[in-house]
Amino acid sequence: MFHPNGKTLMLDRRSFLQLTAAGGGAVIASALPGVSLAAADDFYFVQLSDTHWGYTGPANPEADETLPKAVAAVNALNPAPDFIVFTGDLTHTTDDPAERRKRMAEFRKIAGELKVKTVRFMPGEHDASLDKGAAFQEFFGETHYSFDHKGVHFVVVDNVSDPGARVGEAQIAWLKADLAKRPAEAPVVVFTHRPLFDLAPAWDWATRDGAAVMDVLMPYRNLTVFYGHIHQENHHQTGHIAHHAAKSLVFPLPAPGSQDKRTPLPWDAAHPWQGLGWRDITLSGKAAPALREHGVDYA
Amino acid sequence: MNGTQPRRRFVSGALALLAGGWFARRATAAAPAEQVIEVTARRFFYRPNEITVKAGAPVVLKITSVDFFHGFSVPDLKLRADLPPGEVTTVRFTAPKQKGEIKFLCDNFCGDGHEEMHGRFIVSA
Repeated sequence: MFHPNGKTLMLDRRSFLQLTAAGGGAVIASALPGVSLAAADDFYFVQLSDTHWGYTGPANPEADETLPKAVAAVNALNPAPDFIVFTGDLTHTTDDPAERRKRMAEFRKIAGELKVKTVRFMPGEHDASLDKGAAFQEFFGETHYSFDHKGVHFVVVDNVSDPGARVGEAQIAWLKADLAKRPAEAPVVVFTHRPLFDLAPAWDWATRDGAAVMDVLMPYRNLTVFYGHIHQENHHQTGHIAHHAAKSLVFPLPAPGSQDKRTPLPWDAAHPWQGLGWRDITLSGKAAPALREHGVDYA
Repeated sequence: MNGTQPRRRFVSGALALLAGGWFARRATAAAPAEQVIEVTARRFFYRPNEITVKAGAPVVLKITSVDFFHGFSVPDLKLRADLPPGEVTTVRFTAPKQKGEIKFLCDNFCGDGHEEMHGRFIVSA
C-alpha cells in the first residue's frame, strides 16, 4: 500500500493483517519496503524454493548469483523471521553422485550465511529422486518430519524421494498418526515440494497418491499447504484447505497448461530475474496466513 | 397348460439365437481393428513420440524401456504404467471417439531432461 504522496505507508503487522484479511484462504500483498513486521504474539517465517544450485543454462545465465542475493535480502529483514524453510529442489539434478554432494555442500554453505539459524530443509525431485534421498539425508537429515513453533504444528511431507512421486503408505500412516495428536481446530502448516492435488498432471505437476494425503489432511480445519516445484506463485483451494506455490530462485515456468511444453520462460536480459522471488508468511493464531511476495533485486 | 406352449417357446428361442448370431457377426465385422504400436522409451524421449490412432479403435502399445525405470502416463485417459528396463510393457486402451490430441509423459523422474520426455497421440477419424 502506498501513500498518495508516493511514500510507503508504515504499518505494523497487525494493521497489515486487518487491511488484507478479506482475501479468504490467504491474505496476499506485494513486498512493501519499510513495512514493519513487529508484533507481539504472532510471527512470520520465510519460504524459499527451487534454488536448483548447480543449474547452468540459458534460462538463467546468472543462476549462481540469484541464491546469494536472496540470502542477502532475507538477512536484511528487520525484524528477522522466526525461521526459514526451503521447499525443495535445493540443487539441480545430476547423474553423478559426487557432483550431487558437491552441489549440496555448496548450497549448504550459502544457506549457512543466513543470519537466522533455524532453517528447515526438504528435498525436491532434483535432490532426491535419483538416489531415493540418500545424499539429501547425509546433508540435511530426514526427508519428512514435523515440528512445533509458537502453537502452530508444521509437517514436512516428502513426495519426491520416490521417483514416481508417491508419498507412500508408510509415510501417510506416519502423517495420520502425527496429526492425530492434535485437535481438528489446531493450526497446522504442511510443507511439500510437489502439489498435493492434480494441478497439471500432463506436466507431472501432481502427487500420485496426493488424494490419499488430502484425505488425511481434510479433517483439520485450520490447515494450509505451502509447496514449490512449479516455479511460480499459485493459489488453489481444496475445500477449506489452501495450497500456495512459491516462486523459484532459478527460472520461472509457464502457467499450468498454458502451452504445449513446460519449458522455462526465456531469460529476458532487459528484465533479468523477472519472475523469480520468495515470500514471507505471517501466522497469527487461527487467522489465514498472510503472504507477501518478494522479487529478487538484480541491482 | 397345453402342448403347443413348449413348441412356441422353442421356436421363439431359436429365432432369438439366430438373430443374436446375426447381430454378433455384424458387430464383429464393424469392430475397428486393433492397432499395435511398438514404442521405445529412453532418457529422455519416446520413439515415436507422436502416434496416430484411429478414433474409437482399440490400441495396444508395446513399450520397451532401454535404460531406466521410466513411467508412461496418459492423464486424460487415467492410464499409466511403469516401464521396467529391458522388458516389453503392454498398455491397452481404446482411443476416444472424438478427434484430437492426447498427451503422454514419463511420470517417474529420470534425470536432467525428464521434463522433456513426453509425446502425444493424434486421434484421427
